[in-house]
Amino acid sequence: MIKKLAPYISKYKKQFNLGCICTGLEAVFELLIPLVMAYIVDIGIRNRDIEYTIKMGLLMFLLSLIALGLGLASARLSSIAGQGFGAELREAEFNKIQTYSFKNIEKFSTASLITRLTGDVHTMQMSVTMGMRMLIRAPIMLVCALTLSFYLNAELAIVFAVAIPILAFSLFLIIRKVRPYFTDLQEKTDGLNITVQENLIGIRVVKSFVRGIFEKKKFNKSNEEMMQASERAFGLVVLNMPVMQMIMFSTIIAILWFGGNMVFSGNLLVGRLISFLAYVNQILFSLMMISMMFMMATRSVACAKRILEVLEEIPDIEDDNNNYDYEVKNGDVKFTNVTFRYYEDSSENNLTDINLDIESGQTIGIIGGTGSGKTTLAQLIPRLYDVTRGSVEVGGYDVRSYKLETLRNAVAMVLQNNTLFSGTIRENLKWGNAHASDKQIEAASKIACADEFINRFPDKYDTMLEQGGVNLSGGQRQRLTIARAILKQPKVLILDDSTSAVDTSTDAKIRQSFKRELKDTTKIIIAQRISSVYDADQIIVLDDGKISDIGNHSQLIKKNEIYQDVYKSQQEGVGFSG
Amino acid sequence: MARGQNHGPGAHGYRKPKDFRNTIYKLMKYIGKYKFLLSIVVICLFINSFAMIAGSYFLKPIINDYILPGDFNGLGKMLIILGSIYACGAAASYGYSRIMVHISQKTVFVLRRDLFHKMQDLSLKYFDTHTNGDLMSRYTNDIDTISEAINNSFAGIISNVVMFVGVIVMMLVLNPFLTVITLIIVSVMLFVSQKIGKKSKFYFSEQQAKLGSVNGYIEEMIEGQKVIKVFSYEENAKNEFKNRNEALRIAATSAQSYSGSMMPIMINLSYINYAITSCVGAIMVIRGMLDIGSLVSFLQYTRQVSQPINHLAQQVNTILAALSGAERIFEVMEEKAEIDEGTVSLTKVIMNKDGSMIETDKNTDTWAWRTIDEFGNISLIPLKGDVRFENVVFGYNDDDKVLKDISLFAKPGQKIAFVGSTGAGKTTITNLINRFYEIKSGRITYDGIDIRYIKKDSLRSSLGVVLQDTHLFTGTISDNIRYGRLDATDDEVVEAAKLANAHNFIKYLPLGYKTMLTSDGGNLSQGQRQLMSIARAAVANPPVLILDEATSSIDTRTEKFIEEGMDSLMANRTVFVIAHRLSTVRNSEAIMVLEQGEIIERGSHEDLLANEGRYYQLHTGQFELE
Repeated sequence: MIKKLAPYISKYKKQFNLGCICTGLEAVFELLIPLVMAYIVDIGIRNRDIEYTIKMGLLMFLLSLIALGLGLASARLSSIAGQGFGAELREAEFNKIQTYSFKNIEKFSTASLITRLTGDVHTMQMSVTMGMRMLIRAPIMLVCALTLSFYLNAELAIVFAVAIPILAFSLFLIIRKVRPYFTDLQEKTDGLNITVQENLIGIRVVKSFVRGIFEKKKFNKSNEEMMQASERAFGLVVLNMPVMQMIMFSTIIAILWFGGNMVFSGNLLVGRLISFLAYVNQILFSLMMISMMFMMATRSVACAKRILEVLEEIPDIEDDNNNYDYEVKNGDVKFTNVTFRYYEDSSENNLTDINLDIESGQTIGIIGGTGSGKTTLAQLIPRLYDVTRGSVEVGGYDVRSYKLETLRNAVAMVLQNNTLFSGTIRENLKWGNAHASDKQIEAASKIACADEFINRFPDKYDTMLEQGGVNLSGGQRQRLTIARAILKQPKVLILDDSTSAVDTSTDAKIRQSFKRELKDTTKIIIAQRISSVYDADQIIVLDDGKISDIGNHSQLIKKNEIYQDVYKSQQEGVGFSG
Repeated sequence: MARGQNHGPGAHGYRKPKDFRNTIYKLMKYIGKYKFLLSIVVICLFINSFAMIAGSYFLKPIINDYILPGDFNGLGKMLIILGSIYACGAAASYGYSRIMVHISQKTVFVLRRDLFHKMQDLSLKYFDTHTNGDLMSRYTNDIDTISEAINNSFAGIISNVVMFVGVIVMMLVLNPFLTVITLIIVSVMLFVSQKIGKKSKFYFSEQQAKLGSVNGYIEEMIEGQKVIKVFSYEENAKNEFKNRNEALRIAATSAQSYSGSMMPIMINLSYINYAITSCVGAIMVIRGMLDIGSLVSFLQYTRQVSQPINHLAQQVNTILAALSGAERIFEVMEEKAEIDEGTVSLTKVIMNKDGSMIETDKNTDTWAWRTIDEFGNISLIPLKGDVRFENVVFGYNDDDKVLKDISLFAKPGQKIAFVGSTGAGKTTITNLINRFYEIKSGRITYDGIDIRYIKKDSLRSSLGVVLQDTHLFTGTISDNIRYGRLDATDDEVVEAAKLANAHNFIKYLPLGYKTMLTSDGGNLSQGQRQLMSIARAAVANPPVLILDEATSSIDTRTEKFIEEGMDSLMANRTVFVIAHRLSTVRNSEAIMVLEQGEIIERGSHEDLLANEGRYYQLHTGQFELE
């Protein structure tokens, strides 16, 4: 895992390495200070040598100044490296997601992708910044302090040899025991969050059905579970400190006892005993730090795994090298024996044996029930999914032979979920064409019948859309997304139920302007209303992933049962009883 | 979930709490319940601090009186005493931290509960003006910071202050002169930490702003990822992201450098203190002004004195974050609850042959309004479903008018339809019947009773709603249908599903009615979710039904299949229908054509066609082929 993540820090390798060195040196210098203290007591005080004492005092002062300098440098360097690492990781993830196909996107949920880009990266960069300090400092402290104490008095240092394993073992026990508790806590937290989230999203349903009390009870249950889980987990974690204190105190007492005896027998100088006491703190605290690192590491590992999942996902639709570099010459669309299923292993096809021949400039309607495969069929044209069998051609060539960008610039699709972005109306429309002139923008808006409401806004095209256009009505949003697609000047324009919230007369107006202004563009209109497609050159009737019939309105109305059904239902109205 | 990550302002980092004292006071009320436990905590804290201080002090007599003179037995005794003091200290340390875990978890448990319960009582207007992400972050970030603060800071502040004062006192006892050196260094520490704190605060707010910009961008782009694909917008998105990300990196590096330098400065200043003190101390020992034992004890204290300062400096941030979190939570809790001053309630009754009614607990499908006059006399008015609007004016804000002077009536059992373009005010009308919003002027009556006099729960129980957006909850299919009436039997659930034509797809699901659904109902199509929603209303069996674009995602063919079910669902009820498709509303008793908040035409289908007005235009617009 570290190997996989390492490349993202390579740009800041120099800072990272230097930072580690500084941290290490800082620890060494800090450790020398108590050693000097031993000399002051055992030589300076013993010999009543004031000059020597002052010299040693100055040396200690100097050592701590150097340590300070190194500490500041390491703080700076580690934040450069840590933040740099985070930034690189975030960018790599974001760029990777840009290569995802629809299938890849659906595999991860939107919310989970967002967490992987924000919270997870944050945790990772924290562990680098903190880890650099702790992971370097603690072991160096531990090793050096042990070495120095052996140097001061090897016999007395045996106390550490006993204390360290005991502490390490007890910390290990606590961590091992607490880990499943934390996993449990995480689950309970997720449960609680889901309850709240659903409540907030469905607040109208809750209120309409007067389910306030029901919701409260549901929440109380999750809340109770979460409290118990967290009390169990944290109740165990707090054992760390007293255990650590207990062992530290025992070590001090042991050192005083054995050390005191050694002083009696003249095997140890008092000054060295004092330095020993200083090392007790440093050695045991560094162990404590290491155990904290382990705690943090378990969280970071989980985050790293989630990030790597994003980075290692293989985009299932990608440009390969042998793509020809030619333009889409016209809007001909041809389906040959196309079979498609979303999941390789599912037993049922979503589309079966589709054969279609659409000429450039035609208007095509697609009609069919919910789940009949209308959207699926249309999404194959801009190669948002790859066919399972058969081929789809645009402009005379298989869609798989084009560069993706070339193909998608030529095939504009207005999705069912019409997403707009925060920014002005103009900025949103420019998604279709970044270099569009004001004239082009206005022309496209006019075709989509969006100009009438845009011009009613005081700021016209510079009106800000908040949170993806919550200040617009559904119909207005749909018309903007149509205009955005038209601005691409596509060879093929696909509208996936894109006028469902537009009233019928505006809908008709949009279709008229399509006919007038987009003569050479192939227009594929997926619709619920017959009125949206009745004047199309061909109407495709889909039923359960198969083409039930193709023809124009007057042909279908005569021979196709499904079409007749739909037509009748809309003509007469669903007969609600009075 | 889409808006879930949309953290409001202050979700990351913290803003300054506005009213410090008040927030602390309110928070204290929550913690104050545990007075007894808290006093034990304080006692434990004192014991722990005392043990640490005493432990260091004991070094003096141990070295001076036992080790140097070589008193073997005395040393043993002293160490036993020291050991017991330490043991008490460690035990106390476990005691207070364990109790604090309990107190903090219990406190945030209550806080979360109160917050959620309060939210259930807020009006829809509140939810309209606050994003879900913003509200959500109160349960996550804000609560987290509070629990952290109670857990660490409460005990931390007390123990650190006690430690600091105790250590300084002991230092003074040991040697006042050396204490002065320490105090000077300590003031330098305080000064430096304050300086750095100020600087880093500036850089931190810079970092927060940049972080907000990056996270906002991530959210929008990831949510619109499919649109990016369709428009081949990937390169633009990458570039924009790179710019924002780089700006964040630079700001964050500065912020982290500053805050990261705090640690080494504090640690090394304390080493400088140690160096100076040991040098000066040693000279004093040589001059005979100090004994070695005192010097050792004193040096131990110099190490201990810097820790509390360090901790306190860190805790200031935690506490500020917690207080601003608490403030955001209390803001919600102090929000005005939905007005619900009505006294008329809904009750089940048994209707006698002579028309008199008796209240009952049984499911009779017969309902009545229970009113109490000022003398406490109860009278029952049969529920019929007669809804009237009298000159109703309404706006979502003070200065807009979404509905202008609407008057209409729906007699029991009638079907009333609203037609009009988006934004004309159709949904608003149904929201007012439910009393989701308060009207500005005019009156809405239900069986002759002003709805303001009816208890909201009763009012809404009598109205079944099928909304345009279907919200499902995590749970099984039958749980979700049963949401309409909690005590519905399995048979009733299936019956309702059949009525809504949902049974057909449910029975093909691998686990049928036991299939688990997730919150976004990702495994069901839009149309299937609407069928679920209709089944939910059917199981509720309400006297009045509101269908707000209830069949908009169902294709007309399927709509035809559920026609029969819908018919029986609507039979003998007052129904309000909103629809785009004129076909859906065609045979209503009355069709209201709304435009910009006004009813411009009303009448039956035939009347309106004969009128050749707006309805006629709409109608012919749809069927221009003829």
